[in-house]
Amino acid sequence: MEKKDLKEKFKALLVTVGDAVLVPLLAVFTAIIIGGIVIAIVGGDPFAAYKGLFQGAFGSVKALSETGVWATPYIFAGLAVSLAFKGGLFNIGAEGQLALGAVASAWVGYALPQMLGFDLPWFIHLPLAIGAGLLFGFIWGAIPGALKAYTGAHEVINTIMMNYIALNWVSYLLNGPMKDKNPLNVIARTPLIAESARIPPIFAGLRIHWGFVLAIVVAFIVWWVLWKTTFGFEIRTVGINPDAAKYAGINVKRIMTLTLGLSGMLAGLAGTVEVTALNYRHELGFSTGYGFDAIAIALLGKTHPAGVVLAAILFAAMRNGATRMQFLTQIPVDIISVIQALILLFVAADAIVRYIYRIRRSGGKVVLTRGWGG
Amino acid sequence: MDWRRFGFIAFIIAILFGTVVIVGMSQEPPILIIGSMMATTIAVATPLTLGALSGLFCERSGVVNIGIEGMMLAAAFFGWLASIYMSAIFKFPIAPSLIIGVIAAIVSGGLFALLHAVLSITYKVDQIIGGTVINILAVGVTGFLNRQLFFDKSSVFHGEVPHAAGILPIIHLPVKEGITALCGLFGSSDGCLVTANAIGKIFDQKPIAISAVLLVFISHHILFNTRWGLRTRAVGEYPKAADTVGINVIWMRYSNVVIGGCMAGLAGAYFTLESVPSFEPLMTNGRGFIALAALIFGNWTPIGAWAASLVFGASQALQINLQFFRESIPPEWGFFQNAYNVGQIPYILTMLILTGIIGKTTAPAADGQPYEK
Repeated sequence: MEKKDLKEKFKALLVTVGDAVLVPLLAVFTAIIIGGIVIAIVGGDPFAAYKGLFQGAFGSVKALSETGVWATPYIFAGLAVSLAFKGGLFNIGAEGQLALGAVASAWVGYALPQMLGFDLPWFIHLPLAIGAGLLFGFIWGAIPGALKAYTGAHEVINTIMMNYIALNWVSYLLNGPMKDKNPLNVIARTPLIAESARIPPIFAGLRIHWGFVLAIVVAFIVWWVLWKTTFGFEIRTVGINPDAAKYAGINVKRIMTLTLGLSGMLAGLAGTVEVTALNYRHELGFSTGYGFDAIAIALLGKTHPAGVVLAAILFAAMRNGATRMQFLTQIPVDIISVIQALILLFVAADAIVRYIYRIRRSGGKVVLTRGWGG
Repeated sequence: MDWRRFGFIAFIIAILFGTVVIVGMSQEPPILIIGSMMATTIAVATPLTLGALSGLFCERSGVVNIGIEGMMLAAAFFGWLASIYMSAIFKFPIAPSLIIGVIAAIVSGGLFALLHAVLSITYKVDQIIGGTVINILAVGVTGFLNRQLFFDKSSVFHGEVPHAAGILPIIHLPVKEGITALCGLFGSSDGCLVTANAIGKIFDQKPIAISAVLLVFISHHILFNTRWGLRTRAVGEYPKAADTVGINVIWMRYSNVVIGGCMAGLAGAYFTLESVPSFEPLMTNGRGFIALAALIFGNWTPIGAWAASLVFGASQALQINLQFFRESIPPEWGFFQNAYNVGQIPYILTMLILTGIIGKTTAPAADGQPYEK
């Protein structure tokens, strides 16, 4: 009797997992096929392009290491967006939170020893640098969170506005007060951070660093907090039904502010790790698009930390392999953005995928965001 | 009419204009500064005004559209592409190339909106996610085609950006001449002539800017004085009731979203066919989102949204004009000397406005909810 129960439980689990994984996989598959058609239309060879893409992403130890390097900020930023989604909030501001976290860490990394006049040991300096990034990410997320909770201002617009404000200030700082004073430097970037504020690489000669491992650990922590703690339960309850949460005695406003704050903190951590473990400085790049990529990753991963890690690695592989694809076939790297948008499209409109592949819907629909009113 | 709201708008614009007048007074007569500030304000508010109208049609019929930014970007690219295609490949003269460009921009805005409509109305996708899809897709498609067409040697343009056809010209109305003639009747005093000059500046606008202002009033008329407008509002407020009296909810929503998309398309044309003769990736720079804030601040009315757009336009005009008078900014005004700081004003203003300290706004009741029969 018990054995049968177990078997049925297992079967039910398989159906749930299958449904959770099948649609995203088919979405990716469909997007890749359409991407291939686009490549063919512009006169490229889709098979050669995808071969180059795959080689560039997984073809060698170095390629694997680079995919891991790309995946690290994606995991953090994807977790940031997912956490907000779990709380019923849409964080489009990961980009700004990330940039601000990076600048804050960079500042602690290069300027603090100069200000103090002596070198700090790494076990003080590194946590301080990371902490600064976390703090600024948290503040940048908590402001729109509080505005949403206490005034009802919609977080979608506010996180975007905070993005522009952050990027504006960062470009001011990197062109002005924080610019690398080296006379040979013409780029808007900070000086290199001190050795004591750096996260080391895992293997000598490869760029893959302990930040990647940290990202996996943080993904586990996010899962644990969301599903194994009271606080996580409160976040999810507010996300599913804020009115019910209120009647259950949860301080909805506090939870909303904290959720978006923590979400910003995770995005800030993405920037921090880029500075302390990879570039050792913050440089003003073209809009890197982490913010929008993070949304796609969170949705593709069904806002579950494990899904986010897998989706982040997929996106990282595409970004990383695209360079080799462009080198081999002259197909612009930007095709990846098109494919990613298509993936997001098919994940969001899973009805299309279900229709194409004749898959029945099982389970209820997940509410992700609300209109202006709620 | 909500006088408190319009009072606040007038107050902010007065502050922004006053700042420039005080800074530039030593170099130009105030009336001329105000005239050119007003001219710049109306011109740079164009994409915001059209973007807000785009959102207006969508949301009044019950569909939230945060994809305005993406629609604008796509339209800016395809409009520009069509115009240089005509002028560089088919050797069309400038005027028809530009007109074809504007039409292409409007159509591509409409097509992206159609995608949004399919996602949000037919497939009932979360509308904010649907809008995000539009935004990401627009960035991807324009970035990809931009590089494929203009940086790849095998493309029709041989890997270089062809010489642009030019931009839409200023339509000169004889306002200045008229007032100057009037001045003549009263002995042509200096003050009168300067005023004529200043007012003339305000009316020297380009075609899309002029159409934006006209569309504000046309939209107002359509929305509040026609059967179509009544049906649109009914569908956005209480679709079930609208359905019972025989209004086709799905059709009303589809057509309004596509009309909105065409408006966003015209806004996109402003960037590459009226403002500058070139395309740059991500050149819309958040204007679509600011337009959305203007719509909310304008309480989902065309005239309110226009007024709010003018506030953002004025803060941008402040930035442009302060650059012009840079030398005469007093040193104690450190905040205004830094272009980065002044550039923040529209964003901070947006956030401030959304907090509702200037009064609560009410969205259409069924905004963002898919209609289930």
